Amino acid sequence: MNTTTALFYVFSAVLLFAAFRVITARTAVYAALYLVLAFFTAACVWMLLKAEFLAIALVLVYVGAVMVLFLFVVMMLDIDVAEVREGFWRHFPLAALVGVVIALEMAAVLLGGFNLTEAPAASAAALKLGNTKMLGIEIYTIYVYPLQIAAVLLLVAIIAAIALTLRRRKDSKFISPSQQVRVRKSDRLRVVKLAPTVETPRSPHATGGRP
Amino acid sequence: MTGVGTVTLGHFLSLGAVLFALSVIGIFLNRKNLIVLLMAIELMLLAVNTNFIAFSYYLGGMDGQVFVFFILTVAAAESAIGLAILVVLFRNRSTIAVDELDELRG
Repeated sequence: MNTTTALFYVFSAVLLFAAFRVITARTAVYAALYLVLAFFTAACVWMLLKAEFLAIALVLVYVGAVMVLFLFVVMMLDIDVAEVREGFWRHFPLAALVGVVIALEMAAVLLGGFNLTEAPAASAAALKLGNTKMLGIEIYTIYVYPLQIAAVLLLVAIIAAIALTLRRRKDSKFISPSQQVRVRKSDRLRVVKLAPTVETPRSPHATGGRP
Repeated sequence: MTGVGTVTLGHFLSLGAVLFALSVIGIFLNRKNLIVLLMAIELMLLAVNTNFIAFSYYLGGMDGQVFVFFILTVAAAESAIGLAILVVLFRNRSTIAVDELDELRG
């Protein structure tokens, strides 16, 4: 058993333990923290497979961004833990059945072969370029249109997330700048032509005539 | 080198399979907590990505890693929109239990 094998078993054990704790954690905060551990260990497993760029991207994107988002949402929601935990194991028989079926199917597929023990030796060009540069060449030449679509997808995600959660306050007073600059003098100021008032001389009969 | 203790492609695929099965069990168990459901989906995507990278390594191609790159993009978008929907849902219903979301039932 060489070092890689030992590392593989250690990382796999930690990964599966963390995944198990994610799905059975008491509160969502613990689940999120164990998910961080799971992602980090998965990044280590990917390192064993010599995918350095994706391992670092997994740590940066998931542990750095997505899990922080998860923790924010967990802290924003006020969830009753006891109510959530109630009847937790009620669905366990069905879940165990489905899990065992999936595991058996996978075993049936995996037992048929897939015992490649050694990766093909990397070519000299690949060794010189390195994983990140190889991936970059692949993405920016062959997969350049899917890359654009992925960028558009991220833009859609940004706009959708903001549009979904944006809440306008009803009690805030503000002036719309576009309406403010579009205002004209005639909207605000109206000159009214008034007939001049003329002081009419009082006739002495009208006021003083009566007793 | 090719002794009993060497890791093969099957080892990594088994790891992915067990991880995927665990996530499916998690989806069945957490019927009252939509956040943990989203986390289980993330774990599923992680298992799939591990399979892709294992194949990419043992078959000596770069395309598997490119696919993992795109899956990471889609997963990030998915979790952002999913969490936004979750927040809106909690504002309107004050619950995130999956069983209680049956307003569309006729």
